[in-house]
Amino acid sequence: MSKKKQRSYSQDIVGDSIHSIQKVIEPPADTSSRILKYLLIGISILFLFLMLVLPLVVVVVNALRDGFHTYVEAVLDEYSIKALQLTLLATVIAVTVNTIFGVFASYLLSKFYFRGRQFLATLIDIPFSISPVIAGLIFILTFGNVGWMGEFFYEHNIKIVFAAPGVILATIFVTFPFVFRELFPVLNAQGKDEEEAAALMGAKGFTIFRKITFPHIKWALLYGVILCTARAMGEFGAVSVISGHLRGKTNTLPLHVEILYNEFNTTAAFAVSSILVLLAVLILIARNFVEWKKK
Amino acid sequence: MEQQIVKVKNKKGVRVIPGFGLSMGVTLTMLSCLVLIPLISIFVSASHLNFQEFIEVITSRQVVSGYIVSLSCAFFAAVINAIFGMLLAWVLVRYEFPGKRIMDGMIELPFALPTAVAGISLTFLYSDQGWIGSLFAQAGIKIAYTRVGITIAMVFVGIPFVVRAVQPVLEKLDRQYEEAAMMLGAGRVYTFFRVVLPELFPSLLAGFGLAFARGIGEYGSVVFIAGNIPYKTQIAPLLIMSKLEQFKYSDATAIALVLLLLSFILMFFINSLQIYMQRFHKV
Amino acid sequence: MKKKLTIFLLVTTITAISFLTGCGNGTKSESEHGTDIELLNVSYDPTREFYVEYNQLFSKYWKEKSREDITVTQSHGGSGSQARSVIEGNEADVVTLALAHDITAIEENGMIDSGWIEEFEGNSSPYTSVIVFLVRKGNEKNIRDWEDLVKDGVEVITPNPKTSGGACWNFLAAWAYEQQRNGNDEEATKEFIKKLYKNVLVLDSGARGATNTFVENRQGDVLIAWENEAYLSLQEHSDEYEIVTPSVSILAQPSVAVVDRNAKKHKTQEVAKAYLEYLYSDDAQRLAGKNYYRPSKEAILKEFSNQFDLNINLVTIDDFGGWDEAYKKYFEDGAIFDEIYEE
Repeated sequence: MSKKKQRSYSQDIVGDSIHSIQKVIEPPADTSSRILKYLLIGISILFLFLMLVLPLVVVVVNALRDGFHTYVEAVLDEYSIKALQLTLLATVIAVTVNTIFGVFASYLLSKFYFRGRQFLATLIDIPFSISPVIAGLIFILTFGNVGWMGEFFYEHNIKIVFAAPGVILATIFVTFPFVFRELFPVLNAQGKDEEEAAALMGAKGFTIFRKITFPHIKWALLYGVILCTARAMGEFGAVSVISGHLRGKTNTLPLHVEILYNEFNTTAAFAVSSILVLLAVLILIARNFVEWKKK
Repeated sequence: MEQQIVKVKNKKGVRVIPGFGLSMGVTLTMLSCLVLIPLISIFVSASHLNFQEFIEVITSRQVVSGYIVSLSCAFFAAVINAIFGMLLAWVLVRYEFPGKRIMDGMIELPFALPTAVAGISLTFLYSDQGWIGSLFAQAGIKIAYTRVGITIAMVFVGIPFVVRAVQPVLEKLDRQYEEAAMMLGAGRVYTFFRVVLPELFPSLLAGFGLAFARGIGEYGSVVFIAGNIPYKTQIAPLLIMSKLEQFKYSDATAIALVLLLLSFILMFFINSLQIYMQRFHKV
Repeated sequence: MKKKLTIFLLVTTITAISFLTGCGNGTKSESEHGTDIELLNVSYDPTREFYVEYNQLFSKYWKEKSREDITVTQSHGGSGSQARSVIEGNEADVVTLALAHDITAIEENGMIDSGWIEEFEGNSSPYTSVIVFLVRKGNEKNIRDWEDLVKDGVEVITPNPKTSGGACWNFLAAWAYEQQRNGNDEEATKEFIKKLYKNVLVLDSGARGATNTFVENRQGDVLIAWENEAYLSLQEHSDEYEIVTPSVSILAQPSVAVVDRNAKKHKTQEVAKAYLEYLYSDDAQRLAGKNYYRPSKEAILKEFSNQFDLNINLVTIDDFGGWDEAYKKYFEDGAIFDEIYEE
């Protein structure tokens, strides 16, 4: 406690002077810090190489092992295209829904104090802590034949599970907290003094959000959307339980990959996975572009 | 809930920042429709068991060993992710080097890659015939089809959590404090542990918790690399699947419920800590 | 604000693209088929290749017979989870699964009329298979029969019977062998099975996963597999594997049935029944043989006598008292399969 107080105290006093010195200190970084820098970078790269790059290399190498022609054929297969469409549809809906939710929920939980706040925050996190298998199962237990609303849906011929709506619902569910999770720590760290000040000066709700809150969270929001998009595209477990594997109807790309793999069509399976890698890379380029524009 | 809100409002007088009602409304509606209502089904389904049956299911030896495998592997994976995630975030925020952009963008790839593909690729790499696994096999270490393999799969799926939790906070963190500390003669290690880490700790903890929880429930990637031998490498979600295969929905949901409660308690603890720290910070 | 705009634009573009492509494709496929009847066949993993060809064969036959176009949608997965999906609301008109036990489970939920097993010939199994071993070329460990699998240092790959219906047949085949050898000494058989599963390196959750573990990741010395699966692997990599037929095996009988409740709802009872009946036609039987399933018609099976070892000593599920009894005795929680893993 005392440390924190001290710090804010020192900020007031030395804040400005430090800023002016900063530029002078930075360039002649001593050798030990340079060694440290390269050491840390080296470890990071090694870790990413072993855990991330190599698995992706496996995907690409296997996708191309029967030649480029086979690759193109697998990617342009009728069912691959249909799976891609469903994946994109589910992703777009899930990201939109979860972004709206994330912004409201993080604003609520960081700007207002009320009892049950922790509880609410934890409830939002539930989809993270649920095994994807269960995430799929809960929709089946709700809307499926064995579920408590099942008879109603069967009689009225409304198909939710084992149809596209189920796939979309499951995707929304597993990515539900992503945007919120990104925004919350940032808004939390920012505190609410600025908003309070603005409100006291008579600013309207939306203006406060747009002028004060939003600039703080825009990067976190972007990260959240990207994270959510990536996760939504790649979701396998929950969707697998709920889709029924109807070829050309309820198969998303990840499910299509599994089907191809189970057909001993390993090359095609990896080829289709590489579409997902490619989509992820596209998102990365888009983000870099946006970040670059800012500067 | 409504009652309490009114009370707090009265106690504090007027709520200054506008938008409470709207954001509360939107949050609760979406949360209920998309998460809570479907979630009730777990309880409905598990309630078909009486208490004794419930206890029997969740304490049978296979199930307990499944919990232990899932929890211990997820814990180690989360620790590894916390350390390396922190490191990655640090490197990405503080240093400039060629290829940094690419590195930054790669962090999300584990999400985009379907877990099944991740599992297949990792098995391909780390089995004793694989590129990396064969190196270790010469030293007599088996990775795939052991708990080490399970941990690796969980590390893979959890990488983005810690990095993306810590990164934004680190970006916003004012470097003045560190520099001040350094100028005042504090060593680099001391500065990091006493000045930087406390600031990052809540987000690090959040990332850790998410990676941990994700690992506990992970199925798609682990099932390929695990070997699935009972009492050795059988994870809890696999047991859920095997219960379902026998059409025992209630048993499956009972196991799921325990996993859910474990993660819920974990997340609740972490969230409370996070909020507590923030309030503490403000006082 | 600009950023939000950018994101918004990005999202809209993606939506637009996906909808545009979606519409384009939708209209195309409709004009192609002019769909009159749709049939959903929920099946298990290893039948994909067979049903792709069979569906073409059948739609041609049906077009000639009734002048109706028919589209069959296929769904494949582990047999048990496929049965589950039908129970849970996957509206299959017909199911073609790995074992009768899974269809009985659907029946118990009231979706299939009882007595389905009598509806078609040969216990409603239009094609069968047997359990064999797939070993690596050269057969270094000299694996000839079941007893070679329990030797020290032999690594076995087989899926988990608790998550894979097909794997139940593997377990029962081994059980039948040892029972015959030691004259029905159940305790000794249990020991034998225990040793066998001690040698199992990876207990995959599904049959296809096990095959991939053996073939793609090159784990283990021997894969216990269905004959048709073994032949498929052989077909892909003929110079790397050999098939070994054990002295005793089990006749694996995949079963088929019309899901009456759904067929009634979709008004497809007639065509669904015809779809399964036609599996017994000579053409379809030959197609099954071509896909390495043993045709259930004797005459057609004989045509494939150089492909299949017809002298193999086979037990059937009836020797175990039927599926319900067998499942209860061996695979339920706490039953024999769980016991062999207890210390």
